[in-house]
Amino acid sequence: MSKQKVDQGRRFFIKSSLLAGGGMMLAFPWLESCNFSPEQVKAMPKEWFEINGYLKIGENGLITIMSPNPEIGQNVKTSMPMLIAEELNCDWSDVIVEQAPLNSNKFFHQMAGGSTSISAAWTPLRKAGATACQMLITAAAAALEVPAEELNAELGFVHHQASGRKLGFGEVASAAALLEVPEEVTLKPINEFKIIGTSRKNVDSKKIVTGASLFGIDYKEEGMLYAGVIHPPAFGLKIKSFDASRALALPGIEAVFQFENYREGQAKGAFDISAHQTQIAVVGRSTWEVFQAKKLVEVTYEEAEEVINKMSFFGGRTLETRWPAGLENTADHKKAMNQAEAKAKVVRQDGNPDAQFNAADQVLERTYYAPYLAHNTLEPLNFFAEVTDESARFVGPIQLPEILEPALADRFGLPLDKVEIMMTRIGGGFGRKLYGHFMLEAGVISKTVGKPVKLVYTREDDMTAGAYRPSYQVTYRAAIKSNKATAIHVIAGGIPESPLAADRFPAGAFDHYKAESWTIDSNITTGAFRAPRSNFMASAEQSFLDELAEQIGKDPIAYRLELLERAASSPVGARNDYDAERYAGVLKLVKEKSGWDTPKPGVHRGVAAYFCHRSYVANVVDVVMENGRPVVDKVYAAIDCGVVINPDAAANLAEGGSVDGIGHALYSQLTFSQGKPDQDNFDAYRLIRHNEAPRDVEVHFVPSDIDPTGMGEPPFPPVMGALANALYKAEGRRLYKQPFTGPQV
Amino acid sequence: MAQYTLHINGATRTVDVDPATPMLWVLRDHLNLVGTKFGCGIAQCGACTIHINGVAVRSCQLPISAVGSSKVLTIEGLSEHGDHPVQLAWIKQDVPQCGYCQSGQIMTATAFLQQNPNPTDQEIESAMAGNICRCGTYLRIKKAVKDAAENL
Ligand code: FES
Ligand code: FES
Repeated sequence: MSKQKVDQGRRFFIKSSLLAGGGMMLAFPWLESCNFSPEQVKAMPKEWFEINGYLKIGENGLITIMSPNPEIGQNVKTSMPMLIAEELNCDWSDVIVEQAPLNSNKFFHQMAGGSTSISAAWTPLRKAGATACQMLITAAAAALEVPAEELNAELGFVHHQASGRKLGFGEVASAAALLEVPEEVTLKPINEFKIIGTSRKNVDSKKIVTGASLFGIDYKEEGMLYAGVIHPPAFGLKIKSFDASRALALPGIEAVFQFENYREGQAKGAFDISAHQTQIAVVGRSTWEVFQAKKLVEVTYEEAEEVINKMSFFGGRTLETRWPAGLENTADHKKAMNQAEAKAKVVRQDGNPDAQFNAADQVLERTYYAPYLAHNTLEPLNFFAEVTDESARFVGPIQLPEILEPALADRFGLPLDKVEIMMTRIGGGFGRKLYGHFMLEAGVISKTVGKPVKLVYTREDDMTAGAYRPSYQVTYRAAIKSNKATAIHVIAGGIPESPLAADRFPAGAFDHYKAESWTIDSNITTGAFRAPRSNFMASAEQSFLDELAEQIGKDPIAYRLELLERAASSPVGARNDYDAERYAGVLKLVKEKSGWDTPKPGVHRGVAAYFCHRSYVANVVDVVMENGRPVVDKVYAAIDCGVVINPDAAANLAEGGSVDGIGHALYSQLTFSQGKPDQDNFDAYRLIRHNEAPRDVEVHFVPSDIDPTGMGEPPFPPVMGALANALYKAEGRRLYKQPFTGPQV
Repeated sequence: MAQYTLHINGATRTVDVDPATPMLWVLRDHLNLVGTKFGCGIAQCGACTIHINGVAVRSCQLPISAVGSSKVLTIEGLSEHGDHPVQLAWIKQDVPQCGYCQSGQIMTATAFLQQNPNPTDQEIESAMAGNICRCGTYLRIKKAVKDAAENL
């Protein structure tokens, strides 16, 4: 058993000072927020005792666990409380989960980004459960007048084996709440887990399937007004003037005004950056009236000048970005990308790749491209705000509340403790709701009209003012000598960021390797999109390796394993960021589970594997031809993400990641003409639909006792490569440009 | 503005709104029935699906003036305790990821199963093709529809 000091976790367990005078009744806001079934109402306790910031226990043994992080569909609202419940030794069916508000004194790492929630919470949340359990045992020991060592906790009871007596958690909760938080706790070894590693249903299922108010867009308050924003239709344009008279003549419209996202001289944060900094607000009594009025505001635009943004990032890093003036076009972007490759800078070099290329019998060179993508969370951007001179209150869907809180305080000139943020369930994040400019906007509008306001974007607003997945291009080159690849050269770039991860596979597997990077400035705003950069590089790299394997006459899995074997046994370079054995592990697992060595007649198969967000995923995609058209019949996914907390929910994420990857690779793109997105809703922007989804996805996890790593993002990137490789087998045509259903030249 | 009396989820509700107001916004803003979701506003995503006299309809495209005395059913009225076979199948298959599309998916599936109680996989796929799930839960939706078909 591993003894764990409650050191860095200590501050998270400070109990509410209100508890000093004894167990107290706490408010239960969730009682209003959902419709309980009759059995549950009967079971409501009369009193709650807060054991620590994460949990409170009722006198009847019911337990409320606070889920600290934003839920965007990655299952943290279920799986994070499971970590606490495991060490608490409670009965999961006694648990009610409540979404915690942003509270950096009580909780930490309250964000949904980088697939970090579970890995960051792994130890602290188990400690929260374990310390609470120990306090319950200590209280029970006093009540039973036996030494604590003779007691053990199981399924919500503290048992005294020797005398056969037991006490429910509810019976000792009031006494436990008064105890000091223990200095040291013992965490269970993995083989004693009873909740972690078992599938538990989504705690919000019932509310979701009954249409209960749950999402930000559902949130309402008495006296609230509705708001919409008008932003310029194109990147590179700004508002010159507007005439709101027709809009204001509509009965439900209260105000139309121009506003600035930032106050004069305010430092911008990378996560509140917005495409357009000056916008027009339309405020009214219902969403529909606001949407109608927006169409009646007559706005004239003019070209914007160049903008230099100095943005602060995590950890106090600042980054300067240039948004050049001008109206950009996709066709020009493609030309600029081809030219930019010549100006790429070397990021990593091993051995002497140039000499190998000079000496090669043959050079395989392929260029891969991917367009901009819009996140298109199905819940459009929205936020509730009530901002006055004294305080600011926000309710809605935000992935990075911790980072937005200081930005909001700064915007409204308020101390941090006067800014309150409540997170709702989020109707899709994928990175888009990291960028909380819409909170600033809602706040500015509320303060201007002096009322609480709910801002709602239309789909068109949402899609045309994005924090898009950047457009990328990469060229891979391989030197081939005597039917062996002797050097790899990768030149990767994008608008405005490069997708290159220079220390990632196949770096480490070749004696001679060169990685180069380039970027192009643009005024089109971009941001993190599920598995940033990897969501392109996996597909390109894995398509290239497939073609290379074919060129030198090797089986694609065998060739990858051979390279990984080299990277494991005698890696080239000291900075490789992956574990070659775990990488090979998922390939071996997918090989076995898909029956790779036994070809199936009529089934065309492609393979890919990738490492990102600290996890490893390999896919085999099976394509069959039906009526002359390729159909994805099955996807196999083999995943190594360390310990799996909630296996069926993790499988759901992997299934969704496969559908998402295949959909974006085949169909989705955002293009620009004169700075204006050519697609602004789902009629023009194609998302994968039910009848286009793979018919089956089979998910396998590598059994592991390694601390959990990322799960939200890793299943997304490699499937695109496996798809390209399977489609090649089916149709005899290599695919280099996404979307694959578009032209390849 | 005009007054309308609607028959929703077995009850009668009166609202005073512009005749062009889509049912989506009547439900969400005026009647506080927020289970019906806004996704696109142009009949492309299905998040706003409700039943009009048992037929699945995109409420973002249905002005209140066209509803008349039709029976309106929303996700909130599907069952009293959230135990309609389709809802139970959704919970059993643990379908939702973010969950935002799911009330629309359930309403489409329910209307479809009333017409076709024993669908094939392909029939399910095409019947559900109008409902986008951005999280990609299509496979579980298919399983849940099949599951519900057995219990209806
Ligand atoms: S909101 Fe009605 S179909 Fe999308
Ligand atoms: S579950 Fe997120 S859109 Fe369907």
